[in-house]
Amino acid sequence: MTTDTRRETLAPTASSTEPVVAVDGVRRTFGDVVALDGVSLAVRPGEIVGLLGPNGAGKSTLLSLVTGQRKPDAGTVRLFGQDPRLPAARIGLGVTPQETGLPPSLTVGEVVDLVSGHYPDPMPRAELLERFDLADLARRQTGGLSGGQKRRLAVALSLAGRPRLVLLDEPTTGLDVEGRRALWQAVRDYHREGATVVVTSHYLEEIEALAERVVVIGSGRVLADDTLGAVVARVQAHRVAFRSTAAAAELAALPGVTSVEVDGDRRTLLTSDSDALVRRLVVDGVPFTDLEVRGASLEEAFLALTEKEAA
Amino acid sequence: MTATTTRDAGAPVRAATPPGFVRLTLLHARFHVLETVRIPMAVIGNLLFPTLAMFFFVVPQQVITSDPLLSVISVGGLAMFSVMSTFLFTFGVGVAEDRALPFDPYLRTMPAGAGPRLTGRVLSASLFALLGLVPLGLVAGIFTAAAPALPRLLLGVATLLAAGVPFLMLGLFVGYRLSSKAAIAVVQLVLFPLAFAGGLFMPAEMFPDWLATASTFLPSRAARDLVIGALSGVEVYAYALPVLLGWGVLFTVLAVWAYRRDEGRRFR
Repeated sequence: MTTDTRRETLAPTASSTEPVVAVDGVRRTFGDVVALDGVSLAVRPGEIVGLLGPNGAGKSTLLSLVTGQRKPDAGTVRLFGQDPRLPAARIGLGVTPQETGLPPSLTVGEVVDLVSGHYPDPMPRAELLERFDLADLARRQTGGLSGGQKRRLAVALSLAGRPRLVLLDEPTTGLDVEGRRALWQAVRDYHREGATVVVTSHYLEEIEALAERVVVIGSGRVLADDTLGAVVARVQAHRVAFRSTAAAAELAALPGVTSVEVDGDRRTLLTSDSDALVRRLVVDGVPFTDLEVRGASLEEAFLALTEKEAA
Repeated sequence: MTATTTRDAGAPVRAATPPGFVRLTLLHARFHVLETVRIPMAVIGNLLFPTLAMFFFVVPQQVITSDPLLSVISVGGLAMFSVMSTFLFTFGVGVAEDRALPFDPYLRTMPAGAGPRLTGRVLSASLFALLGLVPLGLVAGIFTAAAPALPRLLLGVATLLAAGVPFLMLGLFVGYRLSSKAAIAVVQLVLFPLAFAGGLFMPAEMFPDWLATASTFLPSRAARDLVIGALSGVEVYAYALPVLLGWGVLFTVLAVWAYRRDEGRRFR
């Protein structure tokens, strides 16, 4: 398959620096729960953006606004300059279904045809299945696919209509390393052909593999919006734990500390620089026993980030 | 596998403009038909119930089967029941079930509005409703004296589908408001009393006076009488059509309201 025609349809024209996605001051609540609060975000053509945040941070809610499934309580959402609730606005949009959501009685080919049939210039079925190594499964019912095959099909469906914008929601959750690498490669290939990609994940590894720009969402707000390197440096915290009688305030003044947790004589600190912190503990003569240092989980790093923003 | 591969690669169907209403509607109709036929019991159950009812309750009664008008009244009632139950189940239970699946919100991200998606479902449901009428019609043709002329028959079938629309809307209202478990219960709770009081099982002519009068204000009774009128040419009570239209408008308003409120499953 030559890529020339595809490039022509996908490559953003020189004048199209209009944001593909423009979210402005959006607020959305579900009953008493505030899912998004004052979120603003613009994605420009050709970008590959990672939306990073713990479960329940508001990522899925944000995506459901961009795909026109919900409307914000306040603020505006624009997709290709239009209201995403209008079907015409969604012609250039490709989304992954949740793997559990494929109609089990339909075959892979039938599902692809159903999705492709919505778009003016879909990718031919054979080419699409080939890209995701699904060609042999066209006649298999989706209920009979393995988890990995379902994930591949889900991502394949997001590209069925040759979208200019692809939204991938947790694309490789539950895949083995090899399957994950192959899917990432397919996404990067499609991005290289000129598409804009937004990928959500709560795995830092996935975001590192795919995104150039990272937006961190936590408690319904944008906590950080920066290049991959800058955000990784901010969320890559270390967790230093030990037993001590030192006061929390004293510990908070140590190098790079973003949070201090006190539980009896147990002190747990999150820091951006564990080496400097341990050195200072020793030099200052702070009494401690049972020292333990390990990389903080993303969840912990997010919490620290959230607390810092709130302070 | 290889056969499909070469066919698709060799003859890619490309349209320069986005697919129009008709193509999207047919796309969704095909999807619903495929999904329905893959679970054959759902189809067969719907096909059989009115036909069996006909066999057990109508065919043995010589008084009815030997009289053309009484035969048409019995068949017309059961046919209306068949359409009503297909529509209420397809739209009430079907929509509620689909809404619970993550595939439904996914379909909503595609560039098709509610129009083609709903019309596709209506086409598919009408197809299965018509299919359900075939065995019933055959049994009636063979075992009863019901013998409407072809134009009357066609008019009757068209009336059946048209008179089913209010029930379709009622089904949509239920489907978009309730969970699938609640929808099954509500549909059954609505379907059988409405069918009975509307004279679909037992001819309304045999009802006590009070029920016969009350019955004329029900959508099921109005629909049944309009169908029987179309099939036999017998005069229908004057306010049958206004009653059916009134219910139709009410159910449509409720269905639109429920659809607008619905945002699929809530998940974050």
